[in-house]
This record gives sequence, structure tokens and C-alpha cells, in this order.
Amino acid sequence: MSDKYEHYYVPEQSPWPIVGAVALFMIAFGAGNYVNEVTKDQSGYGGYLLLAGIATLIFMLVGWFRNVIDESMNGLYSKQMDRSFRQCMSWFIFSEVMFFAAFFGALFYARIIAVPWLDGAGNNASTAAVLWPAFEAAWPLLKTPGGTETQAMPWQGLPLYNTIILLISSVTLHFAHTGLEQNKRGQLKLMLGLTILLGAAFLYLQVVEYIHAYQDLGLKLDSGIYGNTFFLLTGFHGLHVTLGAVFLLVMFLRIVLKNHFTAHKHFAFQAAAWYWHFVDVVWLCLFVFVYVL
Amino acid sequence: MSTVTTDPHAHAEHEHHGPAKGLKRWLYTTNHKDIGTLYLLFSLLMFFIGGAMAMVIRAELFQPGLQIVEPNFFNQMTTVHGLIMVFGAVMPAFTGLANWLIPMMIGAPDMALPRMNNWSFWILPFAFSILLASLFMEGGGPSFGWTFYAPLSTTYSNDSTALFVFSVHIMGISSIMGAINVIVTIMNLRAPGMTYMKMPLFVWTWFITAYLLIAVMPVLAGVVTMVLTDKYFGTSFFDAAGGGDPVLFQHIFWFFGHPEVYIMILPAFGIISSIVPTFSRKPLFGYASMVYATSSIALLSFLVWAHHMFTTGMPVAAELFFMYCTMLIAVPTGVKVFNWVATMWRGAMTFEVPMMFSLAFIVLFTIGGFSGLMLAITPADFQYHDTYFVVAHFHYVLVTGAVFSIMAAAYYWLPKWTGHMYDETLGQWHFWCSLISVNVLFFPMHFVGLAGMPRRIPDYALQFADFNALISIGGFAFGLSQLLFVWLVVKCIKGGEKATDQVWEGAEGLEWTIASPAPYHSFSTPPEIK
Repeated sequence: MSDKYEHYYVPEQSPWPIVGAVALFMIAFGAGNYVNEVTKDQSGYGGYLLLAGIATLIFMLVGWFRNVIDESMNGLYSKQMDRSFRQCMSWFIFSEVMFFAAFFGALFYARIIAVPWLDGAGNNASTAAVLWPAFEAAWPLLKTPGGTETQAMPWQGLPLYNTIILLISSVTLHFAHTGLEQNKRGQLKLMLGLTILLGAAFLYLQVVEYIHAYQDLGLKLDSGIYGNTFFLLTGFHGLHVTLGAVFLLVMFLRIVLKNHFTAHKHFAFQAAAWYWHFVDVVWLCLFVFVYVL
Repeated sequence: MSTVTTDPHAHAEHEHHGPAKGLKRWLYTTNHKDIGTLYLLFSLLMFFIGGAMAMVIRAELFQPGLQIVEPNFFNQMTTVHGLIMVFGAVMPAFTGLANWLIPMMIGAPDMALPRMNNWSFWILPFAFSILLASLFMEGGGPSFGWTFYAPLSTTYSNDSTALFVFSVHIMGISSIMGAINVIVTIMNLRAPGMTYMKMPLFVWTWFITAYLLIAVMPVLAGVVTMVLTDKYFGTSFFDAAGGGDPVLFQHIFWFFGHPEVYIMILPAFGIISSIVPTFSRKPLFGYASMVYATSSIALLSFLVWAHHMFTTGMPVAAELFFMYCTMLIAVPTGVKVFNWVATMWRGAMTFEVPMMFSLAFIVLFTIGGFSGLMLAITPADFQYHDTYFVVAHFHYVLVTGAVFSIMAAAYYWLPKWTGHMYDETLGQWHFWCSLISVNVLFFPMHFVGLAGMPRRIPDYALQFADFNALISIGGFAFGLSQLLFVWLVVKCIKGGEKATDQVWEGAEGLEWTIASPAPYHSFSTPPEIK
């Protein structure tokens, strides 16, 4: 038994986790203070602490991943270790799904329950009559019970282009992956580079869309429940696209500069690809439920 | 259950180094036993900090009228007591037990991702420092109850809310990483031959708990984020004037919150299922049904959240749905209690401290379960809602349930961890003092609650005075009794009768095949399970 067993690598002591814990502390404590300072126009150290925390986190991630990559390149990882990584990444993506589920839940609740109830649906006729008799339920909610008005973001135009861009990026990423598996390094580099460019284009158009929303449509974060769900859902999605693009960029640099990954051993690449496809699926749900319907 | 075929000591690791020296050992460690110890000690510290807050609450409620603290400070105490006990004491204690025991129980070299394991732990002291520090801010700490209902936490909360939100965020990151580590360890690092249906029940219950954690902690992150933007950035998720709804907060919170209460009790079921067979000297009755019962409880936990909200506005059909789903949970829970009793039936029983705590758990948790059933009845809940009856219910399931199981586990595995037997006499003293005082503390809460005393108030009507004085005396006695436990643990670490490898005559499982104290690295090569 023991002669057949591929040793499961248990790393020695590592300074990175405690650095990461300090980084998260600085981020949380800094952000907590910064939010108070910025909303009350006070000066303080919160923002600096937050930035220092983010810098420390990046420093930690670089150091930690460098160790992991070195260990992997030195052949310390067994097949069993590879399975651990894969399962870890899958469960992490599941946790991300649940994070978005909370915001989609809020969206559906507002659309199906909260807004109609405010207009007297169900047994809430007296609520509507007493509180906001003039309020009319609609989605997108362009005039809130409190009277804030806004305009809806149409799905044609930028959101549609962005959908097409992300869908193509998923296809290019798939071809990058087949390139890697068939040892066609040229195809891998080309397709992966293209995916990252498409991701960047998506983010650029998202910024253009936000500017358009704020300047032309008067659609803002505080424009009632429609603006709230619109910006938090697309905003968190955009943040995930950014992280996914950085993740892919690191893979690209490892491939181009260091010639990492082989046709059979490329977990990091695969994890980045899973993450990208996940972000893509979230966007499709967003496009359908936030923009079109 | 599993049988080990090989020589007990063959797999203990000898070639590797031992622990590093000094503070670095604890800061940089990747060893599941070190990290388990850190979790357990941290949890004990938080148990006393949260307990001290409970003492403030009980001191204020000793007599009617406002005597000791301001109402605003009283609210901060109830809020932070709840947050600390849930996220700082009970959850880390179970994670610590998981860290110590799961690799030894399934024959794994360590947790699947040892560095991430260290990160999960070390986030916690920082997260709770932020939460505790917020108590000293101008305007005080969070005072909206541990459930932070909107609009208490949005429109009416103080400046500490942002710190509360971000500290919950990083606690959540810690919990999710811890849970991923547990679930991957169980799925991927079981020794050859250890099939799922041969795993000890503690491993099974943690497997399901980890799944629940990964599913609901992100939802908690989502809801605190909405609280943050509602309070600071003008969104109106929980404000009807903007088209939102305060009830939406309760739906999202309890979608997290109800699975969360099972997160705090399923590992307890696993512990009791380990201890009762040992001291009954019989295998566990109905192993498979225990596994299925645990899974059913976990699945049902996603369908019952709105039973916390019967009085806050829902269509009648929804109230009935949530009522019946909640009552359904009594069935798998009843299966478990039946199996524990059936395990003891005609067993050769002895009554060491772990068994005493387990027996108390079975009786008192069942009382908490029954009061839960009473609360599940929608029309009756209109009377019980937000009274001390609710406080009595969840303290029976969390103190005499979760905390008693943690105590039982500590006594049961202390000899394996330290290599010394604990002081049995002192342990029995700790048990009996705890048992009597905890019932003096929580049982009369049922009566004052049914008589209409609301929860979360610093003052009350005169007719509740006698019972409240009694409750407070029980509370102080229970708090003091726990000092016996600290004394006992210190004594046990320092010395005592040498423990054998098996420790308990009837104990079965891989962790009892390795030396006591467990070597720094156990099972570098997996044992074979027949």
C-alpha cells in the first residue's frame, strides 16, 4: 500500500496566511472608517488604511501563489492534490453563486412582491390608500412611492453588445483551452489574449454605460429599488469580471513569459476558465432579468 | 462502522519534524492540530467575553427598574453577546473540533489545504477585535440585536454599523474558507476503504454542515452589503419609500439564519453520536438512518426560514407552508433522539463526564426542540413572538444543546489531545453545577415569556420580578461554574494520569488507534480500512 501511495504534500510553515489576515483586518477596519468619513465629509485615515490593506493583500497573493507555483513546478503535487484544488475551486464558485443569489432574490422580491404590494396587491389595499395613494406599481420602477424619478436602461445598444462580447469571450476561451490540451501553444496564446481583450472591452463599455446612466438617464444608485438592484447586480458582476480578467492575465503572462502549463497539468488555467464561464453565466441571467424582462 | 486492520502505531509519523518553536509555531502553522487548538482556545476566550456580557444583562434584569446600565448600552450588550456567542464561540468551537478530529477520523495526513486553514483561523481574532472595538466608539457599538433588522440597522443605527458590516464580511470569508477546507478534506482525503457510509457520524454531520455554510454565508454577505448601502449610499432595499420593503431584510437574513442554526447543531449531533455508543459499549443504533436524517434536516432548513416572521406580514398560504415544513423537521430530529436512546437500551453504560453532558444534551435539547415546535405553530406564535419564551427556546438548543455538546466533546477527546486523563471529580462538579444552574437560568424564562414579558428590554413590569431574580441567580451560577472548566483544562494540560491510546474502553474509530497525545503528524500514509 504505502509504496504505491503518492505522498500528499502538506506545506511547512508559511507566513502568508497571517499577512493575509492582517490585510483583511486593514481592509475591514479601513473601509468601516472610510465609509463613515466619506459620507460625512470628514477627514480621516480610513481610506489610507483601506488602500494599504489592499496593497498588503496583493503582496500576500503574489507571495503565496509564487510558493504554490514553485511547489507545483517542482513536482510536489500529486493527483490527489490536484483534486483538492479542483474541488476547492468548485465550492468557491458555488459560494459566489449564492452571493449573487441574494441580490437576485432581492430583485425578484421587489418585482413580484414589494412593488405590487405598495400599490395594493393582495390584501394590501389600505396600505396603498393610506401611505402613497398616487403610487402606481410598474417595472422598471421609474417613479418610487417617495417620488424619485428616473429612466430605464434599454437592453438594446450597449447591454446587447456587452452580451455578445462576453459570449464570444467564452468561446475564445474554450478554444484557448483546446489549444492547450492539443499542445497548440500559438492558438492558446492568441485565443487567451483575445479573451482578455474582450473582457477589457466589456469593462470599458460598462463604464460608458454607467456614465450614460448617470448623465443622460438620471439612473443612479439611489434612484429607488430599480437603480439599487441595477447598480449592485451589474456592479458586483463588473467587479467579478475584473477579477476574472486579472486571473486570465496572470495565466497569459505565465504562458507567454514562463511557458507554464502542459496539456495534462494546467489546473490554474482551468480554474481561471471556470471562473470566467461562471461570470459569463451570471451576465446572461443579468441580461435577461435586469435588462430585457 | 469501520474496522482498522493494521498495527495501531504503524502509521504515526516519525520521520518528520515536530512543531516549530515559539510564537512562529502558532502564527505560521499549517498543522491541523495546532489550528484546531487555536480555534478551541479562541472560542473559549470568546465564550467568556460573550458570557461577561450576559452577566451584565442579567445584573441589569436582576431587579425591575434601571439600575446599572443605560438602555442603549443594554441593547449593545444583547447584540454583541449574540454575535459573539454565535460567530465567535459556538461556530469556531465546532470548526476547532473539525480541525482536530476529521483528519484523524478519516486517516488523512492533514486538512486538504493547510495554509488556507491557517488563514481561516487568523481572520477571526481580527474580525472580533473590530467588533469589540466598535463598542468603544463615540455613540457606542451595534445595538440593533444580533439579527440587525432593518430599519434598526439602517435608518436608526449609529456609526459603528459600517465596522459591524465589514467585520461580518471577514468572519464570513473565514467561515467559507474553513467550510471549503472541511468539505474537500472529507471528499478527497479519506483513507482507502473509508467509504462515505463508513465515515464516523461526526464527519458526516460536518460534511453537511460545511455544505450549509458554503451555501448561506454568502447570503449573509449579501444582506449586510444591502444594509451598508441602505445606510450610507442612499439605496432603498429595505425602505418602502424607494420601492423596497423592510420585510425583504427578514427574508434574506433568515434564509441565511435558519440554516445557520443547523450549522450550530448538526456537528453537535455528530458528537453525541460518537459519545453515546462509547459509554453504552454498543455500536450506534441506526447509523444509516442518522445519515439520512441529517441530510433531510439540512435540506428542510432551506424551506423554513419564514417561521421567524409569522407576525411581520405574509400571505396566509405562506405562513401555513412554513409552519408545516418546520414541523416536518421534528421527524428526522425525532429519529435521531430515538436512535440515541435505542443505542443506550441494554447497553453496559457508565457515566463519565462526556456521557453525562451527552445525556443532559439529549434531554434538554429535546425540551428546546419541543418549545421550537410550539413556536412553529403559526397562531400560537402570535402570542409567543418576541417574548422570553423565544429566548428560553433558543438558549435550550444553543446552550444545553450546542454548548453542552462542545463540553462533552472537550471531555471526550481531551485525553487524546493532551495525553492526560482529566480530573473526573472536578469534571463531575462542573457538570452538576452547570446542569442545575443552566436550568435555573433558562427554565423560568418559559414562564415569564408565556406570561408576556418581551425580550430585549432593560426593564420590565413588577409581576416578573421574582422569576427574573431567580433567572439572574442561575445565570451568575452558570457563569461561575464555567471557571471550573478552565481550571480542569489547565490541570489536564499540565499533567494527570497518563491516558492510554484507546482512552475509553468502548471507543472505536481511527483517532483511538494512534498514540495519546496524538503525534504532531498522524497518518502521513493512509491506513487501510476494511
